[in-house]
Amino acid sequence: MSTTAPAPPPPARATLPRTFAAMMAREARVMRKNFLSTFVRVLVQPVMFVFVFAYVLPKLGGGAMAVPGGPTFSTILLPGLVGSSIIMQAMMAVIFPLMMELNWQKSITDRALAPVPIPLLAAQKIVAAAVQGLIGGLLVFPAVLLIHAEGEAPSVDVANWPVLVLVMVAGSLLSAAGGLLLGTLMNPQKVQVLFGMVLLPMTMLGCVYYPWSALDDIRWLQILSLFNPLVYISEGLRSALTPDVPHMPAWAFLLALVGGTVLVTWAATRTFTKRVLT
Amino acid sequence: MTDPSEAAVRTAGLEKTYPPSGPRPAVPAVQGIDLDIPRGEFFGLLGPNGAGKSTTIGMLTTLVVPTGGSARVLGLDVVRDAVEIKRRIGVVSQNNTLDSDLTVAENLEFRGRYFGLGARDARARAAELLDLFGLADQRGGNPFEISGGQAKRVMICRALMHGPEVLFLDEPTAGLDPQTRTNLWEVLRGLQAAGQTIVLTTHYMEEAEALCDRVAVVDHGKILASGTVDHLKSSAGADTVITVAYDAAVPEKIRALADRKGISKVEINDGQVRVFAAEPDGLLGELVELGSAAGVGVTDASQLRPSLETVFLALTGRDYRD
Repeated sequence: MSTTAPAPPPPARATLPRTFAAMMAREARVMRKNFLSTFVRVLVQPVMFVFVFAYVLPKLGGGAMAVPGGPTFSTILLPGLVGSSIIMQAMMAVIFPLMMELNWQKSITDRALAPVPIPLLAAQKIVAAAVQGLIGGLLVFPAVLLIHAEGEAPSVDVANWPVLVLVMVAGSLLSAAGGLLLGTLMNPQKVQVLFGMVLLPMTMLGCVYYPWSALDDIRWLQILSLFNPLVYISEGLRSALTPDVPHMPAWAFLLALVGGTVLVTWAATRTFTKRVLT
Repeated sequence: MTDPSEAAVRTAGLEKTYPPSGPRPAVPAVQGIDLDIPRGEFFGLLGPNGAGKSTTIGMLTTLVVPTGGSARVLGLDVVRDAVEIKRRIGVVSQNNTLDSDLTVAENLEFRGRYFGLGARDARARAAELLDLFGLADQRGGNPFEISGGQAKRVMICRALMHGPEVLFLDEPTAGLDPQTRTNLWEVLRGLQAAGQTIVLTTHYMEEAEALCDRVAVVDHGKILASGTVDHLKSSAGADTVITVAYDAAVPEKIRALADRKGISKVEINDGQVRVFAAEPDGLLGELVELGSAAGVGVTDASQLRPSLETVFLALTGRDYRD
């Protein structure tokens, strides 16, 4: 054991942007280490889904899911599966580490002691998880575009790039902020409940497998669905990627996504700060 | 703002009451603490578990928000100037708060980068500190697969990455074996010798005696006494404390001992007597004899020489380990 004291450190310039960037670099390092396990987990569900519905079933019975003459089922699925992948990945990316950091050993102090205000730490967590959600969403594209039986290819036509980018980015941020909000409000024993009772119904009923307008015949579900953020991501992507499929007007999903992001980020930043500063 | 004459820590009437939560009523964890710790000092907050030490450190390190009084670290307000304080202090918490997603070396590297070091500088500094603290072999390890003593040293390295002006340690040797504890003491003495200001909390009397220039004895969120260890011993705890437990009521004759020269206090509590004496020779034997003369047997006896433990006994009237 040495009893010598360390030399003074090299000069440092700890500005808020530099510290923020260093924290993002940490996330990138961790994500690179866990890339395969993280994203394979996210991809299994959409890959299985398109495999069964766009390949196996059409082979068996000739595209029973699609209306004859209408869009193929994979055309309907593409935006929905991208959206549900974004929401699942972004929420998991924030909730799982948070459960550890806030409860087990309170290891959040590692970053809480970094020279940034605590609300900025919350924002950093949201941005980092949103990046993961975005990557999760992008990885679904090749899966849906490539896996299908003959004649069942999705017909994609990017009508509006800015809307596509905005929906993907705002959807990721909204999901990450929602994850942070739930993760700071919820006690750790309830995570299982969250996945079973919140995320699963949310993805099943998030207009992933049908466009929102198709719910005209089930009016109560159509209205209830408006409380599900995934609906706006799915519909926004539908409008940007497969404009021939009926979809919500742009003002509706943009208002929900951008407004929701602002509101939920504000709330999550507050609840996070309350959990970290006692 | 960076006046070097500013005290490392200065608090006045510092308070923290945790609000009620469910069935638990409000907890007044810290009830008016005044501290004045100059730079360069090795200062210890000593007290039993639950005395409010960690809450106090939490407020000084900006993660616990005070509910009363004021606290300044390096002349900066702990609430208003939290970010600037964080930039200039290092903190070693009681739990292992190392980042489990990173290796030992990466933990240090990223801590350095959070504090503004460039990636290359941070890596070099991490390697240098790990070498210095005998942790070079652990650099690629997971911070939760190394021993408790190693993890604590890694946390000290991490806190030193940016050359903090004040180093705070919360119960640094709690749960470590005696050998590891003395090793860690050597590390801390080395840092102090190099001029590092250190504030630590501990519930180990011997740790406070071994390390600290000055000690504040804390109990129930208040400071009972403070000063150098010698000062405390000569003022509050100069006496040897003899405790004898009998199997029946304490014999009446023992009460009279209080008038004898060299005995400052006799405390009787059911079947137990506690005698505070400056001249303790033969006293333990006498207490046993007085018992048997009255037909009362002795079930337990102990004699404590002047130490921080007797200081605590004299100040609170209760056993430190209670």
